[in-house]
Amino acid sequence: MSVALTKNRHAHPNVEADEILLSVKNLRVWFELKKWGFSHVGWVHAVDGVSFDLRKGEAIAIVGESGCGKSSLMKTFLLLNRPTEGKVFFRGVDISTLKGKELKKFRSHVGYVQQDPYGALPPFMTVRRILEEPLIVNGIKSKTEREERVRRAMHEVTLTPVEDFLNKYPHMLSGGQQQRVVIARAMIMEPLLLVADEPVSMLDASVRVEILKLLRKLQEEHNLSVIYITHDLSTVKYFSERIFVMYAGKLIEKARIEELLDNPLHPYTEALLTGTSEPDAANAKVLKDIPPGEPPSLVHPPAGCRFHPRCSRMIEGLCNTEEPPEFEVFPGHVVKCWLYKDQAEKLEQ
Amino acid sequence: MSETRLLQIEDLVLYFKTRIGNVQAVDHVSLSLERHKAMVILGESGCGKTSMARAILRLLPRNVSKYSGKVIIDGEDVMPMDDETFRKNVRWVQVSMVPQAAMNSLNPVIRVGDQVAEPAIVHMGMSKEEALAKASETFGLVGVPEDFLVRYPFELSGGMRQRVAIAMALITNPKIIILDEPTSALDLLTQANIMNVLKKIKWEHGASYVLITHDIATSSELADVVAVMYAGQIVEVNDAESFFSQPLHPYSQKLMASVPRLRSDREPEFITGRPPSLLNPPTGCRFADRCPFRFDKCNAEPPVYEVDGHLVKCWLYEDKATGDVS
Repeated sequence: MSVALTKNRHAHPNVEADEILLSVKNLRVWFELKKWGFSHVGWVHAVDGVSFDLRKGEAIAIVGESGCGKSSLMKTFLLLNRPTEGKVFFRGVDISTLKGKELKKFRSHVGYVQQDPYGALPPFMTVRRILEEPLIVNGIKSKTEREERVRRAMHEVTLTPVEDFLNKYPHMLSGGQQQRVVIARAMIMEPLLLVADEPVSMLDASVRVEILKLLRKLQEEHNLSVIYITHDLSTVKYFSERIFVMYAGKLIEKARIEELLDNPLHPYTEALLTGTSEPDAANAKVLKDIPPGEPPSLVHPPAGCRFHPRCSRMIEGLCNTEEPPEFEVFPGHVVKCWLYKDQAEKLEQ
Repeated sequence: MSETRLLQIEDLVLYFKTRIGNVQAVDHVSLSLERHKAMVILGESGCGKTSMARAILRLLPRNVSKYSGKVIIDGEDVMPMDDETFRKNVRWVQVSMVPQAAMNSLNPVIRVGDQVAEPAIVHMGMSKEEALAKASETFGLVGVPEDFLVRYPFELSGGMRQRVAIAMALITNPKIIILDEPTSALDLLTQANIMNVLKKIKWEHGASYVLITHDIATSSELADVVAVMYAGQIVEVNDAESFFSQPLHPYSQKLMASVPRLRSDREPEFITGRPPSLLNPPTGCRFADRCPFRFDKCNAEPPVYEVDGHLVKCWLYEDKATGDVS
């Protein structure tokens, strides 16, 4: 694998500017809370008004802490959750209208890389059987074709020599190898979109980079669109062109990756960047300036900006009452924060 | 030995018996920790770092086949003690531990205040009222509001539960606190907040830590001394300043190069291969198969060399060594 991770920080040459693969419009995913199983007591606002477009061949990252709704958002792309409000379009088709054969076809276009490779692989199946399963489900009858595609997928994720791995069970593989099987399974139907949910958070440091490079290589070779979901900002820049920061069910900042790292606008994004350590002995001598408290409950989210109770630059009477709209402060750099109201208006004029 | 050494581990060995042979989890480890300092033990999963922590506190499973060496705490070798004396005089009195995933190790049906107070009642002979007062004082130290004393673990968030577990390790004022992956299951900002708490306790109360982790970036938040563990052995002991800028052992160098960085464009690398099995570790240097600098000598086990006051177990330093420790 000779792909460089850093060079791809600039727009991907294969991005076809106009072809939008996935389009999310004002998506809300709420879960109902019930008392004794029937009477309604409230909603968990897991995803609350998310919109974005993903072009073909583009990689985006969604960064947020646990409980901010990033997994609920991801499951909605896979149609494991139904949107409460708003729409998700895949190649122009509203996915919530899909049924039967069309739904199956849609799912074969989307690959899913799970977080915990051991939990995601059935322990009683061999690697061959695990990789064959999607092919059988999607009606590929010829045994030789299936075998051939399994081998090709294994070569692609460098599980070689293939013979050594075909008949092994997941517990006989190391963490890195298990994650390769998960990736091979996601790739075997030759998807257009790959959704990776924290694909390296369970792996050791030395293996982590290897898996990230592998995902990058697959993305470039197959011109895949990738949604990379993570809490770890330091891995994001090696992987995607754009980054979305999520907090309490909302995307609070969207920007190109180098824009966001050099010039974070939202106070929460700033805190995330401060919180990410680099290995440096000087760290031990200073305290970090981190906002106190924890993310709010999604059942009764705070009024106004959802970050205001933890924010040191909160404007009384505005941030705690009115929700900030999206301000485009620089071209392509959008932030949901009242601090940038004037700056955004200037840009408009 | 010099008087200032708080913890001195000499030639510590811990092997486990399994059906297919002996697992050499901790293999002739020697380390020392000075007062008011933090030592980080860095290593990948399965390298034996948690086993070492458990060996220090003698929290061992039943299938131990070999357990030997010296653990000298404040000048006293605790290894010859019988289990009851050890429990009374060492565990939680001199050395306490925040176990891995500590936030899930709290008893779900007991109020957190009572749980934190328990070590003070058992080990310091306090009455319940005294212990609860002490617990509320410790809560202040780690940043948990006092009214949380009467809550149950499920009413607390992950970060708060982790702070409670740290409070439990602090309440008896032990000389050494062993922290096993104290922040690995937590969110980024919570993690940074807890690191701030640990730093403050170290600065203001002179605590000494042994921090066990695989996360290099986070370890730099607390480290005075870094010990790198690979396949059951310590391969490098270095002070933080020079470790994070110029690690000595090839494994440490590779490990540092694999850290993705936010603020530089350097391309991260990965280490090919995987660590050897601890069942039948290879003879010679255990890192040799993955090492880019391998040469003939690596087939024999390298001694520990002293290079400018740092220790490294690697043949490359034979010429530069200022002393041979082993």
